[in-house]
Amino acid sequence: MTDVQEVITRVHRAEWARVVATLARRFGDLDLAEEMAAEAFATAVAHWPVAGVPPNPGGWLTTTAHRKAIDRLRREAKREEKHQEALMLSHPPEPRGVIDDDRLRLIFTCCHPALAMEARVALTLRMVGGLTVAEIARAFLVQESAMSRRITRAKAKIKAARIPYRVPLREDLPDRVSGVLAVLYLIFNEGYLASDPAKEAVRGDLTAEAIRLTRLLHELLPTDGEVAGLLALMLLTEARRPARVSASGELVTIDAQDRSRWDRALIAEGHALVRARLASGQAPGRYQILAAINAVHTDARDARDTDWSQVVALYDQLLRLDPSPIVRLNRAIAIAELDGPQAALAEVDRLPLANYHPYHATRADLLRRLGRRQEARAAYDRAITLTGNTAAAAYLIRRRDQLGEP
Amino acid sequence: MAQYLISVLDDTTNSATAKEIAAIDEFNRQLKADGHGVFAGGLAAPSTATVVDGRGDEPVFTDGPYLESKEYIGGFWIIEAPHLDVARRLAALGSKHCNRRVELRPFLGA
Repeated sequence: MTDVQEVITRVHRAEWARVVATLARRFGDLDLAEEMAAEAFATAVAHWPVAGVPPNPGGWLTTTAHRKAIDRLRREAKREEKHQEALMLSHPPEPRGVIDDDRLRLIFTCCHPALAMEARVALTLRMVGGLTVAEIARAFLVQESAMSRRITRAKAKIKAARIPYRVPLREDLPDRVSGVLAVLYLIFNEGYLASDPAKEAVRGDLTAEAIRLTRLLHELLPTDGEVAGLLALMLLTEARRPARVSASGELVTIDAQDRSRWDRALIAEGHALVRARLASGQAPGRYQILAAINAVHTDARDARDTDWSQVVALYDQLLRLDPSPIVRLNRAIAIAELDGPQAALAEVDRLPLANYHPYHATRADLLRRLGRRQEARAAYDRAITLTGNTAAAAYLIRRRDQLGEP
Repeated sequence: MAQYLISVLDDTTNSATAKEIAAIDEFNRQLKADGHGVFAGGLAAPSTATVVDGRGDEPVFTDGPYLESKEYIGGFWIIEAPHLDVARRLAALGSKHCNRRVELRPFLGA
């Protein structure tokens, strides 16, 4: 009994997107695809414990959902006398070969630039990820009814504005892929950074979901460097999670983390992806460079062994693609290790990031290392006020209090 | 094929330069040639508008626009496109040619 439930959970994770995507193409209707996929899984939950798990669970689910959709359309056709339309839609299932493309179509449709970012995130988690509306609402701390409306509105816009259910044309592809990656990275960060303390309980679910979806995209677009780069970046970030927060709930910075607690399997997988990208000889994009920086960090057995000149070189490369103050701030942190806190502070002081808590946390640390305790205290205070993350606040308060009395 | 309305957002009337008008004409010719063009036109100032309410026994005519706003619709295209990706591309070209921001909106159930 429990075994069957485990199988159903696993099959749901593996097959949901495929079932929805196939139905969406066959019937041209995301609503119908979503509802019938959900009904097919509900039927599985009722039947499999009694009748046993079918030999091809994915095929069984697709067929079941497909039949249910046809039944639904026939019923509606009878009621609304739109028989002609239903007959047109009930053409026989197409061969399985193009099904993977259907999932890609589904991803590109859910992440279409005509939709608002929050709608893209919600729709992707529901339609591709198979999370329930309640789960998505909980993760983003909104009422279930509000999340439900958000998803309904997005689907209505897709239908009314005729957002096409297709993989974009070749000339649009890089742009559209980077749009999808932005959605996936936002889901990951929402889980990883959890700026709201009340979200922390569910944040692991979101990072795991983001990694799963990025893996799927990497499977579907294996030669896209940025997809591989984002997957590597997520894996190398996720690998450090066990060491990132102390037992007392305080953030542990990377130099102080217990590296034996890092997830070696995730690191190995991330490094392999980064190496494959380097071997490709193609110019890396943003995510690949960020992944490479994380590869340098996770390559060092001890924080003192970090190759900081390599980190600075990678940030220089990133600055050429993205000359933003946040990239310059991160580069300055590496400069502090390479050329000392004075050089880094000179960089940091030029940045227009007065409302960004890592800016003040970085300044505080540099000022502390330079022995400028008064200024360091003020910077810690500012960072503590600005951070919404409890673990980060706990760390900053301890560092501030270690400065001693003013 | 679906139909879309591309409205041109403007804050002054009849403000298009000769160069912009020439670019718009050229764009309109291209739309027709590619089978996307349905209708295009520029509108006179909102102050020339009349609001008409014919729902009662006698129609009521009110001078002026129904809404005073900084920006209004200075002109529009109605285009035909198979789906939104094509419509977006055409709207971007329209915006470029008339040198104004535009709003792209699908017609109901077309």
